[in-house]
Amino acid sequence: MLDKTRITLDINGRRYAIEVEPRWTLADAIREECGLTGTHLGCEHGVCGSCTILLDDEPVRSCLMFAVQAANRKIRTVEGLSDGPTLHPLQQSFVENHAIQCGFCTPGFLMLAIGILEREPDISEEKLIDLLSSNLCRCTGYENIVKAVTAAAKRMRTGS
Amino acid sequence: MKPAPFTYHAPTTLDSAIALLTELAPLDGRVLAGGQSLVPAMAFRLARPAHLIDINNIAALGHVTAEAGTLSIGACVRHAAFHRRVVDGPLGYLLSDVVSHIAHYPIRIRGTFCGSLAHADPASEWCLVAATLGATIVARNASATRKIAAEDYFRGALTTALEANELITEVRLPLLPDDSKTGFYEFSRRAGDFALAMAAITYRLEEGVISSPRIGIGGIEAYPRRLINAEAELSGHSPSSTLFARAAEKAAAAVDPTEDKHAAANYRRDLARTVVLRALERSIAC
Repeated sequence: MLDKTRITLDINGRRYAIEVEPRWTLADAIREECGLTGTHLGCEHGVCGSCTILLDDEPVRSCLMFAVQAANRKIRTVEGLSDGPTLHPLQQSFVENHAIQCGFCTPGFLMLAIGILEREPDISEEKLIDLLSSNLCRCTGYENIVKAVTAAAKRMRTGS
Repeated sequence: MKPAPFTYHAPTTLDSAIALLTELAPLDGRVLAGGQSLVPAMAFRLARPAHLIDINNIAALGHVTAEAGTLSIGACVRHAAFHRRVVDGPLGYLLSDVVSHIAHYPIRIRGTFCGSLAHADPASEWCLVAATLGATIVARNASATRKIAAEDYFRGALTTALEANELITEVRLPLLPDDSKTGFYEFSRRAGDFALAMAAITYRLEEGVISSPRIGIGGIEAYPRRLINAEAELSGHSPSSTLFARAAEKAAAAVDPTEDKHAAANYRRDLARTVVLRALERSIAC
C-alpha cells in the first residue's frame, strides 16, 4: 500500500529525483522531498491559495494535485523568482507597498500574480482584483497586495 | 488533511482506462480528472478510494469540437478553455460568461467540464448549463456507450445516473441559433464561493417575440432543472420588465428549495426570484 514511485520533478530549472507515495500532494513533495519550503500549506483543500505554484507557467494549487501527476512538468516556485540577492520586480514591489505582514500567504500571491501578469501584462485593475480574490490574506486587507501587483505590472511593462 | 493511501494508475488510452475502470470500480476505484473536488474530499477523508485512474494523460479526451449543430466537450477539457469563446455565436458567449463564476482562476486551470458533471454538486455552474440546454452525457463502459439526456442524468445532490464502471468521455451541448438570447446570474456571498442560487436563460427572439424559452435554476434544489411553468410565461411575448417579473414570480413559486446552514428555504426562494429576474434582464443587455 505504501509503495513509493520514483519520479523526477523539474522545479525552477533544476531536476529533483525523488520517491513519493501516490497519495502525496505536489505541495508535500516540493516541501518535504525537495526541501523547497517557500511554498506554504495553509488549508490543504484548495481554498486559501498559499500553495499556489506555476505548472507549465499556469498558476495551480499544489495541494490539489498529486506529485506523481507533475512528473517531468515545468514547475516554478517562489524560490525561482529572485536573481540571487536581487529580488524580482514583483517581490520588490510587495516590499515597497507593504503588501507583506506575516508573510504566510506571500509566496502564493507572488506565484498567482506572476502567472497572471506573464499571460496578461496589460490586465485591468478590475480583472486583477477578481483574479487576486483566488487567494486569502488575513493581514493586509488586500489593498496593498493589489497596489503592489499593479505597480509591478507597470514596472514589468516598461522594464524600469 | 492528507489523503489516505491509494494505488495510482495513469492509462494513456481510453481503452486501457475503461479496462482499468471495469476491473477496479468494484474495488472502490475512481476516475481522477481535474481533481479540484475529489482531492479536497480525499484530504478531508470524505473520499478514500482504493484506486485512482488518472485520465489526464489520454490525449483523445482533450477535444472541443463544434459540428452538426453540437458542441462536443471531451473529458479532459479544463474550465479555463472557456475563458475564450470556444465557438462563435450565443453558446460560446454564454459559456465564457458562466466560466468566470466557477471557483477561482487556479482552480479553473485544472478542473474539467465533464468532471463537474460527474461530481454533480448542486451549485455546479456547468451542471446548470447542461440541464438548461438539454445536454447529452456520453458515458462508456467496457461493453457499450450510453447517451444520457440531462433530464435523466441528475438524480440528487452529488448523485447521477452514471454507473461506477462508466466513464464520461464527452458532454454534448446543442449549438444555439444566432437569434438566441442568453442570460446567466449567480448569487454567492463572496467571489468564487459556491452559488447559493443561480439561473441560466436562453430563448429565441424572432421579430421581437420570444420562442423556445429555457429557464434553468441551480444551487436552489438538490440538482439543477428547467422550470417549465416559468418558461411558458415567456413564450409568444415580447421582452419587457413586467413579463420578466411575472416569469420570475412563477419560478419562485415552482422551486422546492434546499434548507441548510447557508440559507433557509424561504431565503433561497427569494433568491430564485431574483436570479431568474436578473438573468432575464441580462439576456436583453447582450
